[in-house]
Amino acid sequence: MPFKIIASQCTSCSACEPECPNVAISEKGGAFVIDPKKCTECIGHFDEPQCVAVCPVDSTCVVDTSLPRYQAPA
Amino acid sequence: MDVSALDEASSAASAVEIGEIRQVIAEHKGCGTSGASGKASCGSQASQAKLPTEIWEKVKNHPCYSEEAHHHYARMHVAVAPACNMQCNYCNRKYDCANESRPGVVSEKLTPEQAAKKVLAVASAIPQMTVLGIAGPGDPLANPKRTFKTFELVAKAAPDIKLCLSTNGLMLPDHVDTIARFKIDHVTITINMIHPEIGAKIYPWIFYNHTRYTGLEAATILNERQLQGLEMLTKRGILCKINSVMIPGINDHHLVEVNKAIKSRGAFLHNIMPLISAPEHGTVFGLNGQRGPISRELKALQDVCEGETNMMRHCRQCRADAVGLLGEDRGAEFTTEKIMAMDVNYDLEMRKAYQAKVEEKRAAKVAAAQEELAELASEMSGIKLLVAVATRGSGLINEHFGHAKEFQVYELSTTGAKFVGHRRVDHYCRGGYGQEENLSTIIRAINDCHAVFVAKIGGCPKSNLLKAGIEPVEHYAYEFIEKSAIAWFKSYLDKVQSGEIQHVEKGEAAIRQGAMISAA
Repeated sequence: MPFKIIASQCTSCSACEPECPNVAISEKGGAFVIDPKKCTECIGHFDEPQCVAVCPVDSTCVVDTSLPRYQAPA
Repeated sequence: MDVSALDEASSAASAVEIGEIRQVIAEHKGCGTSGASGKASCGSQASQAKLPTEIWEKVKNHPCYSEEAHHHYARMHVAVAPACNMQCNYCNRKYDCANESRPGVVSEKLTPEQAAKKVLAVASAIPQMTVLGIAGPGDPLANPKRTFKTFELVAKAAPDIKLCLSTNGLMLPDHVDTIARFKIDHVTITINMIHPEIGAKIYPWIFYNHTRYTGLEAATILNERQLQGLEMLTKRGILCKINSVMIPGINDHHLVEVNKAIKSRGAFLHNIMPLISAPEHGTVFGLNGQRGPISRELKALQDVCEGETNMMRHCRQCRADAVGLLGEDRGAEFTTEKIMAMDVNYDLEMRKAYQAKVEEKRAAKVAAAQEELAELASEMSGIKLLVAVATRGSGLINEHFGHAKEFQVYELSTTGAKFVGHRRVDHYCRGGYGQEENLSTIIRAINDCHAVFVAKIGGCPKSNLLKAGIEPVEHYAYEFIEKSAIAWFKSYLDKVQSGEIQHVEKGEAAIRQGAMISAA
């Protein structure tokens, strides 16, 4: 399950964009979005998902439960 | 917010707290100063004679670093730095009302290219605009690429404009060399504590080295980074201003220690600001009922710290996209849409000529005050009182009472007129207040003043002011502030001496919270 950004909560501050190790975050229509194909939940990079750790609004970068969990390559 | 409620809530506590602060004064004054009177140590007010030449050159036309300059010169902030790397309990990044003025808030963010064009447009329209600051709305050093790109573009196109930035300090040590390379002469660091136990009550988290730290750990890292950054800057001769937010019950007494710590590390100026915590801003402090200080508490703390270091008392806690003289915001005249449509012709010679005129006026103002002060020298009196002044800048009493969005406050004694602060009295952004409410708001804001100097005033407010024990003074309309205030004070002392009037102490004044209506 990759992470997603809840657009209505996003302040568009851009803090998450440079922190993403997968360059999965970009600005679209005044809010930031995570490309689910690129998101690895920061597994293999950092102990905690960087977008969640840096976001100034709680519960804005959340797990997208509609998608399957990210599988680290064996 | 309801100012009277704030008053009531704070007045019970304040008697005790002022007593405590006084005690701190007593303990703290072992630094060779002889109390507040007689020592013109307020560096933000310091004039040419009191500062080394190289420092005077750096601050003489910087409105934030020189109280004297802020009557004449304007600054602008460009909002190129939206990201932040920590959370403060007095900040809520979600909130932006165009009628609101406080740090951390902007209406639109700019690219470095848009920002550079905006700077040129403003510099052409407002020739006394001498300083470009980057202050957010996040942290400039959490957005280093955008911040330094903007400085680079502006330095190239408008080399006469001073560059400055304001940071929380977390990333400062990593960027000091770049700051020096870009010839950024002025850096402001917000330091609210030097003890992590206190920091933990102000900062819920920081983001550092790819990790979110909380509690004591977060505050410890932040404190180390801030002080290290300050030391690195002052070692390179970069002027540092320290901003501290005064949060009653959390860091108010502690700020005396912060003051010592920053002074010993070479800070040029300390700016202690009142907490802004209106509940409608949605900050943690706003929502949990943390109050801000009242005027007397703020001034008492500033007076304590003044013996140790230069104090800034003219801060307006402006937005990260403010434009104009301190106390006015002309940002709405320079939206991105308007700027991109503008045909900007940057005329350095015109700016220089205009600023030379400003310098002439400044010199005349200083000379006039000196002359009046010489007359006061023969007076012997321990009386010290506050007066409010309605001004639109240039150091003149040139604003109508009813049009004033703020009053500047001067402390008068036989040593002269000293700027000690300002009181915002603009209308509440939720509106619906009648004239009477506005008038009582103003009276509450300047209730600790004996007189208010105005260019003009109507009959109704005049009688209400008199009832409140505040003398409306129109006699010095369009004249210099200091000169007039000293002349008035002289006649006041004469009247007290002859028994015509009796000198009485004045009451408390409230610090206005919330919205500043922009000029446009």
